[in-house]
Amino acid sequence: MTALTLARLQFAFTISFHYIYPPLSIGLGLILVIMEGLYLKTNNVLYHQMTRFWVRIFGLIFAIGVATGVVMEFEFGTNWATYSRYVGDVFGSALASEGIFAFFLESGFLAILLFGWDKVPRGVHFLSTVLVALGAHFSAVWITVANSWMQTPSGYHIVGDGLKTRAEITSFWAMVFSPSSLDRLLHVYVAAWATGAWLVISVSSYYLLKKRHLDFAKASLKVGLAVAFVSTVGNILTGDISAKGVARNQPEKLAAMEGVFEPNAPADVHLFGWVRAGEERVIGVKAPVAGLLSWLVHGDRMAPVPGLKSFPADDRPPVNIVFQAYHGMVAVGFLLFGLTLAGLFFLWRGTLAEQKGWLWIFVFAVLGPQIANQLGWITAEVGRQPWIVYKLLRTSAALSKTVQANTILSSLIMFTLIYLLLFTVFIYLLDHKIRQGPEDDDLSPEKAPARILDLLKGPRA
Amino acid sequence: MNLNVIWFILIGVLFIGYAILDGFDLGVGAWHLFVKKDEERRILFNAIGPFWDGNEVWLVTGGGALFAAFPEAYATVFSGFYIPFMLLLCALIFRAVAIEFRSKQPMRWWRQMWDVSFSVGSIVSSLLVGVALGNLIYGVPLAADHEFAGTFLGMLHPYALLIGITTLALFMMHGALYVVLKTEGPLQEKFRGWANNGIIFFVICYGTATMATLIYVPRMAASMKEYPALFGVALLNMLAIANIPREIHDREDFKAFLSSCAAVAALLALFGLGVYPHLVLSNPHPENSLTIWNAASSTHTLRIMGVIALLGVPVVLAYTSSIHWIFRGKVKLGKSSY
Repeated sequence: MTALTLARLQFAFTISFHYIYPPLSIGLGLILVIMEGLYLKTNNVLYHQMTRFWVRIFGLIFAIGVATGVVMEFEFGTNWATYSRYVGDVFGSALASEGIFAFFLESGFLAILLFGWDKVPRGVHFLSTVLVALGAHFSAVWITVANSWMQTPSGYHIVGDGLKTRAEITSFWAMVFSPSSLDRLLHVYVAAWATGAWLVISVSSYYLLKKRHLDFAKASLKVGLAVAFVSTVGNILTGDISAKGVARNQPEKLAAMEGVFEPNAPADVHLFGWVRAGEERVIGVKAPVAGLLSWLVHGDRMAPVPGLKSFPADDRPPVNIVFQAYHGMVAVGFLLFGLTLAGLFFLWRGTLAEQKGWLWIFVFAVLGPQIANQLGWITAEVGRQPWIVYKLLRTSAALSKTVQANTILSSLIMFTLIYLLLFTVFIYLLDHKIRQGPEDDDLSPEKAPARILDLLKGPRA
Repeated sequence: MNLNVIWFILIGVLFIGYAILDGFDLGVGAWHLFVKKDEERRILFNAIGPFWDGNEVWLVTGGGALFAAFPEAYATVFSGFYIPFMLLLCALIFRAVAIEFRSKQPMRWWRQMWDVSFSVGSIVSSLLVGVALGNLIYGVPLAADHEFAGTFLGMLHPYALLIGITTLALFMMHGALYVVLKTEGPLQEKFRGWANNGIIFFVICYGTATMATLIYVPRMAASMKEYPALFGVALLNMLAIANIPREIHDREDFKAFLSSCAAVAALLALFGLGVYPHLVLSNPHPENSLTIWNAASSTHTLRIMGVIALLGVPVVLAYTSSIHWIFRGKVKLGKSSY
């Protein structure tokens, strides 16, 4: 394999693995704010127990997120040095902002979230929880801004020539609010909330099935389903907005997502199918409404959608991968929406605890958002190919010049082994914590200082 | 003052922050296996528990700032130092997850496994950071297009290794002083003794490294020759180091740790003064070097980043110090401890 293929594989593998964790910290962060907020408001110790349990899970997730996140920042430089030289002036400021505005906030207040229960007044602890969740949300802002700039570059100009060519920023705000950034950020947020919510729903359903920690499970399930409802509906809405944005800004990507080849005709939606890129056609089942894609994008079933034939062959993304990833993501999204409605229905009827079949489905539905997240990013990133920065820099030209294929191969093997080990240990510990369940002594919160001024007293004995 | 110079200083400040903060938890890691009792090892973990991930953010932000302000240097260093940086990542991952994983199971083999990965990860990280620093002082071969033209083995020359060991010694001294500050009783007494050993180990390395630098890389002293006032930094460094044993002897543990922080900061400041205005010095072809002028982003970006730093850094410093204040005092094992 060439250095290019290996470097792409390595990036795909390390970012996919990393992306298991940040959506969980964003989603669970929001849920922790809700749970601890309920505790402060109602004084019900059940909410204290819930917060404590999910904080422990949060700590585990956060640690792996940090450890695998540092890798990403290094990789831009190690494997993609030419890219780094080209975009540093623009991309670097978004990345540095992420450090200053998001990571410090998140990791700093995490200390109080995890270890500060008996050291600060309840209000201050709640504030820390809010700030950790905010930090997690801010980090998504900056990394999505950076990635969106690669999808729809704006606020820059190109200077220099030959090897010295690079993009320089002309307007920071135009870079931040590139045509796709807001749409995509919202989609990332609701997807992350769904990821956290379904973890909570899954574990709570498991307890209901095993008839353990019933009060805890029912209360957690309510919070989980509420967040899941907002986020699954939000996913469909923001997904629609994002797709319209793709149609406007990256027509090749939209054509690949739906396997549209005809250059200038009304286009249909496939429910599922297989793309024969060589023959320029899709084998599959279409939605019964003719011109559905035209309608979704332009509100007019007769409006033409530019197909892949309108673009030079070497500017087209790998169609089938994008098609499958996109269709998979949408399918999972609607499935989760349906499951959420079912859950809410049984909750309303008060019979949720007896629905064994549904509860088992909920236990495994935790994988749904994870799968959809991965497929969504595959759609976004593979759909942008062959460009690393859309229409500016090709992926094949972005590689580090000094790094050899066998070096990349060795580091790829190293990451594969380490990540397999990490993942095994993570699942083992998560499983262990879930089996252990919430702790009974969390129903009697330890004494915390009552007032902020108590913090100013001398060192505690 | 010029923006390029300001950013050279700011990135220096971020890496000084990293060395002072992650320096103590890397140092604690290096001592970790010397402590045998499970309870004492737990105390060590909990001494750094609330802080280690925040400390590592200084590295992430320093790297991000380097990427933004001097992308050419970021690209050359990270792609050129590919193998050492991959090893560094490996070491950092293992020590990070070890902190979180260890306490989750009581089995002896489980805890021993994560203790070893934490300690070895910390030692290897410190050595690699030092070796990278050593190469930046000594210079690395760069081609005319600013790409790295050397090899991995070429980076492991005696001078770089000496700086690697010196860095490990520095962090071990710094970490031991931190443990003295955060513990009490027999464990504290043990570390008080080890802190003295750490100081001796460091002073020997430091003396050797200074001699080697003056002999083999005399250019590091050029700026002081030109501006004798800068010798003050070297003097401050010496005084800070000399003050540590005195404070330890007087049982002024906090002052000892502060002196150690000052020593770390002054050492890195000496490094910065020595290499300025170079970011990556080319050796042998100095004309290919990356400087704060030819590796920088546009003035516009440096200005934007300046605003970001001006808004962000004071806030970060304010809440980071409040959090350290909240967790002041000796470590007590409780129910949310590791």
